[in-house]
Amino acid sequence: MNSETLNTLDTYSKNKYKYGFVTDIDNEKPKKGLSEDTIKFISLKKNEPKWMLDWRLKSFAKWKKMKEPKWANLSFPEIDYQDIYYYSAPKGFEKKPKDLSEVDPKLIETYNKLGIPLEEQKVLAGVAVDVVFDSVSVATTYKGELEKLGIIFCSIGEAIQKHPDLIKKYLGSVIPPGDHSFSALNSAVFTDGSFVYIPEGVKCPMELSTYFRINAENTGQFERTLIIADKGSYVSYLEGCTAPKRDDNQLHAANVELIALEDAEIKYSTVQNWYPGDEDGKGGIYNFVTKRGLCAGKNSKISWTQVETGSSITWKYPSCILKGDNSIGEFYSVAITNNFQQADTGTKMTHIGKNTKSKIISKGISLGKSQNTYRGEVSFLRKAEKARNYTQCDSLLVGNQCGAHTVPYIDSKNNTAVIEHEASTSKINEDQLYYCRQRGLSHEEAVSLIVNGFCKQVLQELPMEFAVEAQKLVSISLEGSVG
Amino acid sequence: MFLEINDLSVKIENKNILKNLNLNINKGEVHAIMGPNGSGKSTLANVLAGKEDYEILNGKINFKDNDLFDLNIEERAQEGMFLAFQYPVEIPGVNITPFLHSAINSKKKRMNEDEIDNLSFAKLLKSKASDLGINIDMLKRSVNTGFSGGEKKRYEILQMSILNPDLAILDETDSGLDIDALKIVTDGVNKLKTKDNSFLIITHYQKLLDYIKPDFVHVMVNGSIVKSGGSEIAAEIEKDGFQKFQ
Repeated sequence: MNSETLNTLDTYSKNKYKYGFVTDIDNEKPKKGLSEDTIKFISLKKNEPKWMLDWRLKSFAKWKKMKEPKWANLSFPEIDYQDIYYYSAPKGFEKKPKDLSEVDPKLIETYNKLGIPLEEQKVLAGVAVDVVFDSVSVATTYKGELEKLGIIFCSIGEAIQKHPDLIKKYLGSVIPPGDHSFSALNSAVFTDGSFVYIPEGVKCPMELSTYFRINAENTGQFERTLIIADKGSYVSYLEGCTAPKRDDNQLHAANVELIALEDAEIKYSTVQNWYPGDEDGKGGIYNFVTKRGLCAGKNSKISWTQVETGSSITWKYPSCILKGDNSIGEFYSVAITNNFQQADTGTKMTHIGKNTKSKIISKGISLGKSQNTYRGEVSFLRKAEKARNYTQCDSLLVGNQCGAHTVPYIDSKNNTAVIEHEASTSKINEDQLYYCRQRGLSHEEAVSLIVNGFCKQVLQELPMEFAVEAQKLVSISLEGSVG
Repeated sequence: MFLEINDLSVKIENKNILKNLNLNINKGEVHAIMGPNGSGKSTLANVLAGKEDYEILNGKINFKDNDLFDLNIEERAQEGMFLAFQYPVEIPGVNITPFLHSAINSKKKRMNEDEIDNLSFAKLLKSKASDLGINIDMLKRSVNTGFSGGEKKRYEILQMSILNPDLAILDETDSGLDIDALKIVTDGVNKLKTKDNSFLIITHYQKLLDYIKPDFVHVMVNGSIVKSGGSEIAAEIEKDGFQKFQ
C-alpha cells in the first residue's frame, strides 16, 4: 500500500457524522434500571391491557435466568442493565398527537434536519413514514390513504389497543421471547416500533418506512416491529436510524418479526446509521438486533436488504424460516466498518418446505482498525426436498489494520439439497485506483467509486427512492467530510 | 516547449530502468518510441502519468509550464495528460457512463470551466462512441469488465476522445489487436489529432506506424534513447530489428 493511499485512509478515519446533534426537549423517564416496576411503568404509560403486561412480565422472568450469547466475534465491556433508562418520551406524550399541529415544533425541526419532513406534501412521493423518537411514535404519514385499502400501518403501541387479535396471534410467534437474552429483554421492555398488516390480495402501493431516532442520554431503545402480509399481498418496508454523538455507549435491542402467508411477499430494507463512535472508539450504539421472517405459506417470499454503516457494535442476523413449499428467502447485505467499529452480521436460512430457495449476497468492507465478520447458517431439514441455497460472501479490506472474517455454517439433513458457496477476500486494488486517478478522479473519489461498485449487487436491491441515498451514505462512511 | 524531459534517471526496486533520458515534444507533434521488450518504454509512460512505484534519481520534466513532479496523478490528468493503458484494469460494478462523466467534470473544474450536465454528456458519449464504432450497449457495462482485449483498447480510445487530452500517451495500444481493431483504434487517434495536441506512441512493432504517421521516431534501448529521426527509422527497424542499436 503506497503512502498516498494511507493518507487518504487517515482522513477517512476522521469520519464526520452529520446526524450527531441533540434535540433539547424535556423528557419523561422512569427510574434507571430494569425491574418489574420499570415494566409496569412502561405498560402504564402505554395504557396497555393486562394481557400485554403479563406477557412482558413473563418475558422478564425468562430474561432473568438467561445469559447474553457470547459466540460472536465481538469484544465489549459487560452491559450494566441497571444503568440504563428503559423509557424516554417528550413530556406530555401520554397520547400520540392527533396531527402535526399537536407536535412540539422542536420535534418537527429535528426531523427536518434529518431530511425526513413530516408534512405529507413534503414527504418523498410514494413513501409513508412512521417516525419513532426515543420510546414513542411521533407521527405516521399517509395513514388515511392506506386505510382505504384496508392496510394497517401504525405504531405497535396503537396496534395493541386497536388490533389485539392480530397482536395476540402473531407477536412472538416468529421470535419467541425465550429465544435468547436480547429477545427476552426486548419482549419485556419494548416501547415503540411499527405494525403493518396487508390484507389478502392487496399490493401496498407505496413504500412503508419507519425512521428511528435515539435522542435522550443513557436511554436504551427497544423497538418492536411486526409485519404481516396476508395471502397474495405485497409490501416493501424500509427503516432508517440515527442517534446523537455521545461519549457513552447506548443500547439498541430491536426485535422485528415478519410473517408472509401463501403467495405473499415482504421486502424489508434497512439503512442503519446509528452513531458509530469517534475515531478513538469512544461512544457509539450497541446494536443487538433480532430480525426473523417466517415464510409460512406456499410460494411466499421474504427478502432482507441491509446497509449497515453505523453503530460501534452490530450483532444482527436477519433470517428466514422457509416453511411453505416453494418459498424463497433472500439476504442482501453491505456492512461497512471504520475506526474501532465491530460488526458480526449475516443471516440464517432454515429450509423446511419442499423446493425452497435461498440466496445470500454479503459484502463486507473494513477500514481503519475495525473488525467485520460475516456469520451465516444455512440448514436443510429432513423434508426440504430439492431445496437450494446460493451464498456469496465478499470482503474488501481497505488499509492494513482491519480484519475481515467469514464464518459460514451449513447443515443438511436432506441429500437432494443443492448448496453453492462462493467467498472472496481482497484488498483495495492499487491498479484500479491508479486507473481512476489517471482519468482525473481524486484519490477519495476513486476509493468511493470502487467501493460503491463492490456493493452494487446489494445496493440495487434497495427501493429506488433510497438507492441514491444509500450510495451517498456509503461514500460518506468512507469520506473524511460531508459534502 | 510542451513536454521537456531532461536527463531523467529512474529506478524501481534497486534496478535502474531509465538512464539519463532526454526527450522534447512540441505542440502538434506525433512522436513514436520503439524499442525491444524491457527497454523501459512502459516505465517512461508510467513515470509521466505519475505512478508512485518509481524512484526518480535525477532529471526534470516540464509539462505545459509545470514542474511535472509537483503534480500528483489526477492533477496531471486534469492538466491534459492521458495514458491509454497497455492492460486496462477491470473495475466491476462501476458503470462507464458516470465514471467518464466524473472524469470529464474533474478536468473542467480544474480548468475553471462549467461542468457538463447529465444530458449533454450522454449525447457527447453517444456520438463519440458511434464515431469509433462502439455499440451503445457497451456503455451500459462496468469499466473494462468482461471486455475482450480489442474492446478494452477501443474503450481506451473512446475515453481519450471524450477527455480530449493535450498530450496522449499510447502504451503498446497495438498489442493484442487484430488488423480490423487496429484500424478502428488508429482511425480514432487520427481523428483526434490537431495542431494543438501531441501524441507519444509507444510500440514494439512497426505495424502501428503504417496507420499513424509519426513526425519523429525514437529508438529506446536499455533505458536511453539511442537514435532519433523520421519515419525512415521505423522501416530500418522492420528490416533489421533492434539488434544494431544495442
